[in-house]
Amino acid sequence: MEPIAYMPSINAMYAALGYPAYRWVVNAEPPPWQPVRKPLARSRLGLLASGGIYVTGQVAFHFKDDASFRVIHADVDTRDLRTAHFAYDQTDARRDPNVVFPLDTLRRLVGEGVLGALSPHAYGFMGGIYSARRVQEDLAPRLTERLLADEVDLALLVPV
Amino acid sequence: MGLIARHAEAAGIPTLCMSSALDITRAVNPPRAAFLDFPLGHTTGKPDEPELQRAILLAALAAFSELREPGGVTMLPFRWSEDEAWKLELAAGDFRSPRLDTPQYQDDSDRERAQRPGAAPAPCPRCR
Repeated sequence: MEPIAYMPSINAMYAALGYPAYRWVVNAEPPPWQPVRKPLARSRLGLLASGGIYVTGQVAFHFKDDASFRVIHADVDTRDLRTAHFAYDQTDARRDPNVVFPLDTLRRLVGEGVLGALSPHAYGFMGGIYSARRVQEDLAPRLTERLLADEVDLALLVPV
Repeated sequence: MGLIARHAEAAGIPTLCMSSALDITRAVNPPRAAFLDFPLGHTTGKPDEPELQRAILLAALAAFSELREPGGVTMLPFRWSEDEAWKLELAAGDFRSPRLDTPQYQDDSDRERAQRPGAAPAPCPRCR
């Protein structure tokens, strides 16, 4: 069976709610490209995830175009991770955050020597921000600044 | 997520986007992507299956060296289940919550911890 086509069903859902038509970001031009310079085993990787991940003690996300992010230390205890998100069934993510925030998996790959290192900071935020402009002009530049400051060689982005 | 990847890549950082929504990923067109045909909310695996999670991530991370063309998508060779009934069920369901504009804590103890004196301040003063 083919992968699910999500765009038509989300369009129909918003229409049924009486929302203005959702304007999908469609980039026909090729994306920017930065060659990979080091092998994985010598690379430092930054993790970003839009499944609404935060650490207990932090302020949770709200559901109305929340363009903030949470800094999550790479040595956090996975049991302290929480989720707040309006658009997916969080049952499994709350049982095992690695299904949307693969921190234990990445730590294991570092331990095995497959991956060089993890950035000391991972970032949790919300997907489903209605305004693409807000992502482009606000959230994306702020996260990019953080990745540059963290001096990562690679970034892994995990949506839901 | 693709927008953030494009931004970071333009700033000099090679990126890889995981995906479980192939049509959305192809539309946004990030520099590199790895597609896992699992239900939403399982972008990097199934709960409490660390061996599967590891295999998925290993295969995905290989895309950093395997993908040579901007916009390339690696199709990861994992199946959620023998049959694909989940695709029909998912198409019928809708998990969306109302767009509430106050923090939505996972549980009350989180709210209490975040509101204690000395707790981390709201992370971004500009954020509404």
